[in-house]
Amino acid sequence: MIKKLTLIAVAGGVMLFAGADWLQFRGTSATSVSEEARPPLRWSESENVAWKAALPGRGPSSPIVIGDRVVVTCSSGIKQDRMHVLCFDVQSGKRLWERQFWATGRTLSHPTSANAAPTPASDGSRIFAFYASNDMVCLDLEGNLLWYRGFAHDYPKAGNDVGMASSPVVVDDTVIVQIENQGDSFAAGVNVDTGETRWRIARPARANWCSPVAVPAEHAVLLQSPDGLSAHEARTGEEIWRYPSECAGIASSVVLDGKIYLPSDGVTVLTLPKNSSGPEVLWNSNRLRPSSSSPVVYRGKVYTLNGAILVCADEKTGDTEWQLRLKGRFWATPVAVDDHLFCVNQDGQASVVKLGEKGKVVGESEFGAGVQGSPALAAGALFVRTDGHLWKIAATPK
Amino acid sequence: MRIPCLFLLIVVSATGLQADDSALDSNLKKIRNVSAKGAGHREAIAAWAQVIAVRADQLPQVLAGMDGAEALATNWIRGLVDAIAEREIQAGGKLPVQELEQFIAARQHHPRARRTAYEWLTRVDPSTPKRLLPGMLNDPSLELRRDAVAYLLYSLKPGAGKDVSAKESAEIYRQALTAARDIDQIKLITKELKEQGEAVDLPQHYGFLQRWKLAAWFDNADQKGFDVAYPPERGVDLKATYKGQEGKVSWVDHVAKDEYGIVELNAAIGKKKGAIAYAYAVFVSDRAQEVDLRIGCINAYKVWVNGELLLSREVYHAGMEIDQYIAKTRLRAGENTILVKVCQNEQEESWAQRWQFQLRICDLSGQAILSQDRPAAKTAHLRR
Repeated sequence: MIKKLTLIAVAGGVMLFAGADWLQFRGTSATSVSEEARPPLRWSESENVAWKAALPGRGPSSPIVIGDRVVVTCSSGIKQDRMHVLCFDVQSGKRLWERQFWATGRTLSHPTSANAAPTPASDGSRIFAFYASNDMVCLDLEGNLLWYRGFAHDYPKAGNDVGMASSPVVVDDTVIVQIENQGDSFAAGVNVDTGETRWRIARPARANWCSPVAVPAEHAVLLQSPDGLSAHEARTGEEIWRYPSECAGIASSVVLDGKIYLPSDGVTVLTLPKNSSGPEVLWNSNRLRPSSSSPVVYRGKVYTLNGAILVCADEKTGDTEWQLRLKGRFWATPVAVDDHLFCVNQDGQASVVKLGEKGKVVGESEFGAGVQGSPALAAGALFVRTDGHLWKIAATPK
Repeated sequence: MRIPCLFLLIVVSATGLQADDSALDSNLKKIRNVSAKGAGHREAIAAWAQVIAVRADQLPQVLAGMDGAEALATNWIRGLVDAIAEREIQAGGKLPVQELEQFIAARQHHPRARRTAYEWLTRVDPSTPKRLLPGMLNDPSLELRRDAVAYLLYSLKPGAGKDVSAKESAEIYRQALTAARDIDQIKLITKELKEQGEAVDLPQHYGFLQRWKLAAWFDNADQKGFDVAYPPERGVDLKATYKGQEGKVSWVDHVAKDEYGIVELNAAIGKKKGAIAYAYAVFVSDRAQEVDLRIGCINAYKVWVNGELLLSREVYHAGMEIDQYIAKTRLRAGENTILVKVCQNEQEESWAQRWQFQLRICDLSGQAILSQDRPAAKTAHLRR
């Protein structure tokens, strides 16, 4: 595993580039982009499904890929209080191990969600499986428990009975969770080795489903709430700067090449500050209106899904270049690879869009079950989870 | 951190190492000592790395480590059991099936430990449910009880091999209803019983309080009333008249007729936004006892029992469910007062108009405990 990782020192910090890995929600860089080989444009039960593994529970969480392993979380039971972490072999789909735990926090959610809503994160050697009940399980890649935290056990009013969904990130040996709700609302940084709290800061007491965004080069994390975006030191939680603005409560920001693509008043693009002076606005477009899916920034363009409308804008100006109506409604954030965008709607219908001067649907396939989790891209394959199965979509010999 | 785990991978054989009983118990105690906010983690992490090496035939002892454990620690130990058992099976070894079955039968063990043993036993011996579930209808493990109810219901399905008369069928459904705790099973059983012409009193089955006194409206503009102690919080006088949000307020009778005991405040006292209602009930207990008070509420609320604040939650329109919030409380023999404050905010969305709650008294397993003065026939199945 470690061999697959290239550690590159950047400005006194360490930036982690993963080869084939997809280590967290929206990928290792949280941009929803892979620079590897493109998966097939279409698939069916008899074509281009490398394997399909049964899952013991539900979950809008996304799979993550760590070397030769793909990890996914589920929750089961009438109260969704049984939590599962499963690890599969990337090549064969063989289930390598499964671990189960009981939720210590609230598991009530909207029927379309589930306790396994947040996507797990990994630092390459550990798995941090997080759940809507605010339970966090830390395992090694063999499934050995390293530690276990129950944030709602610690703070019983932390929770949202619509269902929490914010996914954790890892920066500077700190796993960061954003637990924002009407009760005990906070963000916390936890020591990856011990599970002990490094810091905890109060957050607005409002429902929020956005995920924190790691900025490893700055040793920082961005926290997006309905009342603004703030940057914090990953190790201490200390606020570095704040940008007050009415922000989306579901779609999360993207950080790329020194810019922040913030779902606020459509999309607002900010500079990524190097100090506490705060960001500057580069442009704003309210024609880009990400609803539940987060924006995707890819090869000079910004893509958003507003309902079923895929919008493409110029990354430098925000000028809209084209729109394309897709089928259905979307929770999952699309993923981009090799000038194609893979979009999977909540009914499990996938549309592959060829990107260019105009967007064109060049492949359509179905999973036959609802999909809420964003796909993972790794090793030339697309990994998608439904409530019942984990799919690996990859070219298969005819 | 990584070194001990890697070391273990090398030295631990497929069947693990025989651990000294006292050392194992000592390590399990360290794991059991984990508590809130990461307390005890360092000791537990070191202990876990020791226990993971034990042989599979020591699984019952590891499972017993859950006895007396809090919820966090049961998960640490569950992780151990799963890892040890899976390692053994993947290596072609065997689990101690007889000892696991004996462990399951010993109801003094932690319900989660017994459930874990049951799941592993079922994995290696698929006949386990058929053998054990018929005797688990009243099991202290609600997970085992749920499976036992499902198994009983399955026996009534066409083709399941059980030929029963309508009378026998109704009795079996009654038996299942008494044991059931989860709403999906209760709904299914109730439907079947009603189709057979059997009456089911769901509010009584659950123990929902139905007879209330209501007083409203008090001001909650800008959600500022949650922490305002209006007169009912200073002592309930059912004959009193209070100054309310729009004139005088006095207590009125209300009987919740909903099957699940929901008190619909919009219907009972009129729709009002930015307002507060109080609901008051008297529960007569035959003796001093510890009970669960369970409430579902879509609005911000507070609950007092005998004048003491028991529950408080300032959350608006984020879902409601039976047993949404649970608190233990001690009732005294005789009359006990229950006061509920239900706060409605001023959100205008269609999904933010509900103003309601449901409240019941039950034991730790969820079985109803009825007030002694409840005007309903006492059944063989429910305690008063």
